[in-house]
Amino acid sequence: MRVSMDLELQDIPGQLLLALKPISDFKGNLISVVHHHEKKTPRGTIPVQVQFEIKSDHLEDLVADLEERGVRVVSMDEKRFLEHGAVILIGHIVHTDIQDTIDQIDNTGYAEVVDLNLSMPKINMPSSASLKIDAVSKKELQAVIDLLKYIAKEKDLLVIEPVESQLRLME
Amino acid sequence: MKTIRASLIGFGAVGQGVAKVLLAKKDYLQSIGIDLRVVAIADSRTAVIDSEGVDLAAVLASKKKKGVVGSEKISGTEIIRTVDHELVIETTPTNIDDGGVGLTNMLAAFEKGMDVVTSNKGPLALKYGELIETANRSGSKLKFEATVGGAMPVINLACDTLAGNKILSMEGIFNGTCNYILSRMVEEHASYEQMLAEAQELGIAEADPIYDVEGIDTASKLVIVANVIFGMNASYRDVTVTGITRITPEALLLANRDGYAIKLIGEVNDGKINVAPKLVPLDNPLAVGGTLNVFSVQTDISGPITITGRGAGSIETASAILSDIISLYKK
Repeated sequence: MRVSMDLELQDIPGQLLLALKPISDFKGNLISVVHHHEKKTPRGTIPVQVQFEIKSDHLEDLVADLEERGVRVVSMDEKRFLEHGAVILIGHIVHTDIQDTIDQIDNTGYAEVVDLNLSMPKINMPSSASLKIDAVSKKELQAVIDLLKYIAKEKDLLVIEPVESQLRLME
Repeated sequence: MKTIRASLIGFGAVGQGVAKVLLAKKDYLQSIGIDLRVVAIADSRTAVIDSEGVDLAAVLASKKKKGVVGSEKISGTEIIRTVDHELVIETTPTNIDDGGVGLTNMLAAFEKGMDVVTSNKGPLALKYGELIETANRSGSKLKFEATVGGAMPVINLACDTLAGNKILSMEGIFNGTCNYILSRMVEEHASYEQMLAEAQELGIAEADPIYDVEGIDTASKLVIVANVIFGMNASYRDVTVTGITRITPEALLLANRDGYAIKLIGEVNDGKINVAPKLVPLDNPLAVGGTLNVFSVQTDISGPITITGRGAGSIETASAILSDIISLYKK
């Protein structure tokens, strides 16, 4: 997931490195670092904004490590789902337990159904649905679409996914 | 001037288109040093043979009036085996089960060291490797631009025009019938069955549409392109195929609201050949309507290249055959 953090560093040499090292130690991938040396806080510390990607289960340890080193974590904003996908389903969507279909996606922990539009023209006729799925990253989005295809096979539903080049564009 | 003696085996829509195009382009062909002389024509029942050159206009008229090309009872395969010539223009109908007479004809031509230009997908979608090997062994040339995408220069684009580029992946719409039905379902908010019936009435879909709507035609074309471009030796049986028969007007509408069209797309990616209905963003170059076909390759140097055009029709397919003939014999 992608995390934005506001940190405060003491105004002595070597502090920036001290703050960034734990991010790399916990296998985080730095996206940006903005160092506001000219905007000293009333406390005499220097605000730094960092953005990075990291596995969610490393985040708590990272914050603890930073605090231990004397780097103050002022605020933190996580954006869990970076990828947005759309698929269409056709078949007996409701009668094959739509709740279960959604639960199986939500239970992955890395993707969620965030929108569902259902069209049911007539009783006993196949229905159609558009599903919006958010996922942690591109890889998980593909994984969840594969999972959906597997579920659809069991429930005899047709899954229509975006063209491959479109999926690659999202990379 | 180089004289090329050719036989035209198969005289349905495509074969007749070839005859018309050869008549229309006779002077042009001569201007580039090709004197193409059709010495034999065969349809499924009859044949006409003339070593001095068959009168194409007369044969077209006979086919139209009497339903046959001539009076001789000799099969296309026998013509290839017994009549002296250099080029076989093979336009018999596609047989996707075992390659049919087209496969027999091509192998017979190679046995005699003749070149083959064809629009027949079956043999290539089933036995690509064997055909290329046999042709190479006997020094024959095999050209088949007309098997894929009608007038669109799919194979030549990837192999000649984009020479030096590595093709990373490809995708496209290769079946005008499916594209017509899906496009019309959106326009009329009508069911698949209704728009299939309309397509049949207009002659866009055949009485037995299975081959088109189940994606078999797309799969055959895709496998031919995959074999040529990626050096694979796949048969159309290696393709995972889903057709368009289950698509509902509601699904098309829902997709449309989200900014997508649903198209029957053939894709080759990472060695996987796949045909299925897919969501295509409405502003994507693949989202062409009506009976149009479209072909897109991702290249390493040039990025994406997309071409679109009429994917079927007798004159369009004949134009692809003409371009193959010219590329074979133009100095």
